[in-house]
Amino acid sequence: MESLGVLLTYPMDSYLEEELGKRCELFRLWENPPEKRGEFLRANAASIRAVVGNTAVGADAETIDALPALEIVASFSVGLDKVDLAKCRERGIRVTNTPDVLTDDVADLAIGLAIATMRLIRAADRYVRSGAWKAKGDYKLSSKFSGKAVGIIGLGRIGLAIAKRAEAFGCPISYFSRSEKPQTSYRYYSSVVDLAANCHVLIVACALTEETHHIVDREVIDALGPNGVLVNIGRGPHVDEPELVSALLEGRLGGAGLDVFELEPHVPEQLFGLENVVLVPHVGSSTWETCKAMADLVLGNLEAHVTNKPLLTPVL
Amino acid sequence: MSVERHTAETPAGERELPLVLLLRPLFPRFHVALTHKFRFLKPWESQLPPDEFLAAHAGAVRALLCSGPTPVDAELLASLPRLELVVASSAGVNHIDVAACRRRGIAITNAGNAFTDDVADFAVALLIDVLRKISASDRAINALPDICNSYGVGHVANLDKLGGKRVGIIGLGSIGSAVARRLGAFGCTILYHSKRKKPSVSYKFFSNVTDLAAESDVLITTCALTDETHHIIDKEVMLALGKDGIIINVGRGALVDEKELVRCLMEGEIGGAGLDVFKNEPVVPQELFHMDNVVLTHHQAVFTPESFDGLLEVVMGNLEAFFSNKPLLTPISE
Repeated sequence: MESLGVLLTYPMDSYLEEELGKRCELFRLWENPPEKRGEFLRANAASIRAVVGNTAVGADAETIDALPALEIVASFSVGLDKVDLAKCRERGIRVTNTPDVLTDDVADLAIGLAIATMRLIRAADRYVRSGAWKAKGDYKLSSKFSGKAVGIIGLGRIGLAIAKRAEAFGCPISYFSRSEKPQTSYRYYSSVVDLAANCHVLIVACALTEETHHIVDREVIDALGPNGVLVNIGRGPHVDEPELVSALLEGRLGGAGLDVFELEPHVPEQLFGLENVVLVPHVGSSTWETCKAMADLVLGNLEAHVTNKPLLTPVL
Repeated sequence: MSVERHTAETPAGERELPLVLLLRPLFPRFHVALTHKFRFLKPWESQLPPDEFLAAHAGAVRALLCSGPTPVDAELLASLPRLELVVASSAGVNHIDVAACRRRGIAITNAGNAFTDDVADFAVALLIDVLRKISASDRAINALPDICNSYGVGHVANLDKLGGKRVGIIGLGSIGSAVARRLGAFGCTILYHSKRKKPSVSYKFFSNVTDLAAESDVLITTCALTDETHHIIDKEVMLALGKDGIIINVGRGALVDEKELVRCLMEGEIGGAGLDVFKNEPVVPQELFHMDNVVLTHHQAVFTPESFDGLLEVVMGNLEAFFSNKPLLTPISE
């Protein structure tokens, strides 16, 4: 696909970048300072037929408008909140994402964050490394994970994978979704507040859309309560972050395990050092194997596009 | 009617309660629950040195509640001529001279299944933390707040997938089995070593730990510490596990040759470790403090209210059974 001009929005993966560089005509958006990007796009608009974006920089309306030759957006992510799907639909631009290959890793991280938060593992590790463990028999009780009610917002691929893992710990599973899923035996709640009021660990695993923006707001946080734990492996804007921070600082929420933040790369510093909070830098799918699989999907979709074969993982 | 002198308070009603020797104070919640049912002999409250105290007062003691890892050695046992029962407050009984008890016909009870879930949860969480660098990433964010979603995976290097890993469990008792059940749901392949093969499980059995290590990506120690299992993870096993291998220890520090473990980690001969227990707690080898492929916790896998409540139930149940001549709830197996 040497003649395919591909705009890579962000240095998201070195293997992907290398392969695109070898196989396509590659344009690297981030090498231009923000104020020069419009100019860069206009200068190369005739050549750019594909955009590869990620969760940091996708294909918004402005970018799409600047690229009249754009045929396909192949996102290095499963979430498409950074792609203006309406605009793509309007222009007949194909869109692909990277489902399934990252499901397990994201679900693993969700459970890992839940237990790390409840059992105070990060705090313990910090305590031991500080040299503070001087007397054996120091003890402080933390929250048991097994058997606790787990509530999942969004029972898609990732939500189901989280449920399957939590079940192995004897956790009763309940969920909120746009519609009830009769093929599962998990308990359905038609309101997120009710779900939060009836679970101990609330995990956000749905897509970010206009409807799910701030789906975890103050009311939900209050319903989850001082013994409840929030785990977010979805998108930062799913949660009203200032409300979350004040709830944690005031002890109105029991704890939080967060992989995503409203204004990445910014992480609220008031949360640093809280023993009941665990923060990781958007690494849900960041294992070597999964990143390679995601990259291969992006490359495979682009390859299929230029050879007029069916796309591997089309969304549009 | 004889009147025995005790240093513990003994209002009239308590003299009918059965007598139990303690070696150290109980956890407060235990004390509150148990003092309604038992009279405690508390050597540390006496002016006398322990051996004199025991000689003077412990002649009638039939039951010892060993709260915490205080050693119950042959010398102590010899000073308790009428002892018939040692109630341990842990799953492990490596601090008790089991052989000496066996010779005297002294029964030992342990925590039974009170801790199973919490220890299993902890082992799984340590493994995910090591592979996905959860604690290390949190540390990185604290140090460099803008690291989130920064360029490339490499900002926190070498994140490793859990699914598909071959997990070798050393000791497939109730805790080991609980770990296996959980990790099965993450798509791990379970292998194990145990004293004897278990015909009721379908996991692949290895009679030799080095062979198990050679076919595993992860080793998890969930067995009792005995003479046979001391340093069950030694240099040979670690080298067989290999440079990407992870060791998770939620058993006892001495199950692993700690000095060798530190050396292997420093030289990259194994990939990482999650450790809740150490050879000489609270001493933790300082070389581990700067490593990002290691997670260190302070022997807290059982510290939840549920485990403590479960333990209390088992301790109380065993003492009650003993004093009413009923079968013990959680006697250790031979």
